[in-house]
Amino acid sequence: MTVVTDPARPVAVPDEPGTPVRKRRRGTFSFNAMSPTEKVVRYVLLVFVLLITIGPFLWQLSTSLKGSGEDIYTRIPRLLPGQPTLEHYGAVADTIPVWDYMRNSLQVAVLVVGGNIIGSSLAGFALSRLQFKGRKLVLGLFLATLVLPGEVTIISQYVTVREFGLANTLFGVALPGMIGALNVLLMYNAFRSLPIEVDQAAIVDGANVWQRFRYIALPSVRGTISVVAIFAFIGAWDDFLWPLIVLTDPDKYTLTVGLQYLSGTFSNNPRLIAAGTMIAFIPIVIVFAALQRFFFKGVEEGAVKG
Amino acid sequence: MRYQRWFSPWVLVVPALTWLLVFNLWPSINTVILSFTNARPIGGGTFVGLKNFEALLHDEQLRYALLNSVIYMVVCLPFLTIVPLALAVLVEKKLPGITFFRTAFYTPVVASAVVVALIWQWILDDRGLVNGMAEKLGVISGPLPFLSDQWLLLFSAISLTIWKGLGYYMIIYLAALGNVGRELHEAAAVDGASAFRRFTNITIPGVRGTMILIAILISVSALRVFSELFILSGGNGGPGGRDSSVVMLIQQYSQGFEGNLGYASALSIVLFFVTVVPMLALARLNRKAADA
Repeated sequence: MTVVTDPARPVAVPDEPGTPVRKRRRGTFSFNAMSPTEKVVRYVLLVFVLLITIGPFLWQLSTSLKGSGEDIYTRIPRLLPGQPTLEHYGAVADTIPVWDYMRNSLQVAVLVVGGNIIGSSLAGFALSRLQFKGRKLVLGLFLATLVLPGEVTIISQYVTVREFGLANTLFGVALPGMIGALNVLLMYNAFRSLPIEVDQAAIVDGANVWQRFRYIALPSVRGTISVVAIFAFIGAWDDFLWPLIVLTDPDKYTLTVGLQYLSGTFSNNPRLIAAGTMIAFIPIVIVFAALQRFFFKGVEEGAVKG
Repeated sequence: MRYQRWFSPWVLVVPALTWLLVFNLWPSINTVILSFTNARPIGGGTFVGLKNFEALLHDEQLRYALLNSVIYMVVCLPFLTIVPLALAVLVEKKLPGITFFRTAFYTPVVASAVVVALIWQWILDDRGLVNGMAEKLGVISGPLPFLSDQWLLLFSAISLTIWKGLGYYMIIYLAALGNVGRELHEAAAVDGASAFRRFTNITIPGVRGTMILIAILISVSALRVFSELFILSGGNGGPGGRDSSVVMLIQQYSQGFEGNLGYASALSIVLFFVTVVPMLALARLNRKAADA
């Protein structure tokens, strides 16, 4: 994601004559450190937003753990299950092949993540570090596709995949997303910010294109690669519309498509649906929580480099 | 340059370029071609001229879908341009545990729209959390039909989209805030400017460009909404199909014996023009603001 930066640099404010030095120093001090009141207000607000953002997930988790004999329709909502049980997680697997769906989702996600890391770092490197005829044109093409919402072309994408004989296959689900234009541009941006002198020195030392890519450029853009990988994984794992269009056999469904099937057939048991949603939700939260360090670092890195 | 043969850049670019041509560029052209045919999901189809476009004019479902899209955009825009900025300011300062809060605020973004919609379906159910609590507090006597009334369903889906989007735009703002001059803030604080004045006079002008970018992202994604409405309405677009979105109609025509890929492509072209309008309008606004 490119972020528009303000070119206007902050202007230094000239000292006002007669301003006591002590007052100024104290002002600066209180700006950096926080007053106890401000701290309390901030934490109260943070907790309030926390309840809004993760409250619904906790409520769903709680529903999924409540025993079958327990009344889940009480007027005073109870967050803690009275008779905690994991039986509904097993029951989901009895009604829909949820572990197969998960394996399908994982296959698609692995293909998409792998394709994007390889494809977009190769192209991003060539477009930013190598001189060749047509470079500008190719770059323009990548930029132009960003304007077009994916849903506009989804039908003819389906026709293309069908002509390849890949309709109703998991490979057909993964294929179009395996190299995303946005990811190519993200990698382009990351590689471009490396100093060109390093490349020139490597050329003098006799390093070829592949060596410069593998040993110099690639190790310096790990942050952006992890952002690409995280976004690709989340995108593939969470996608609903495209697999819904491509897949027709229930045994090939990905997790999101299968869940919708669960909701349609067993809408009378919220505990079961809750368990199903948690099966789809928990893996992505684990992946994100494990990698969030790289994610936030990568986001900031991208912003600074613009 | 001795070791760089003319073809080596191309070897690196070709995979990505192939994907671009086969899965982006060609489908864009083919959408236009398909829209003049009656292609079926199973295969085949013949040229039918402007028949699909004539049918669009009389499509009642499409009228509802377009109305819903406009309402969606008008409600989402103010909420999602302002609230995430406030959130970004809130999580910007380094405080003990701030990473936890940032990550937690981002959680709805990483969850699938399907999962999110299923969770809210249970919360908004006649016997779910919201109705249960409201009844307990005596605010309402009977359950509000969040999931079966045309307008309540639409606004439920809108609030869900807003809820899911907060963290995403927060992160974009957070990155932009890093570029707003810290010295400017300090100087203003020394001069006795309140936190609110600093927010309106320094922070907002500082992130103006980002704000317009975010406004574009919000309008386009509001017009493309699918999963939330699809799941909340149980896949049928609510009462009389009046809670459909344009993308839902496209999906509907993409499969089954009733399916018509030609008509779905004509709908895609409508979607394209609908999303281009706010994009151009906001880009224009951006240029104007930059000139001023």
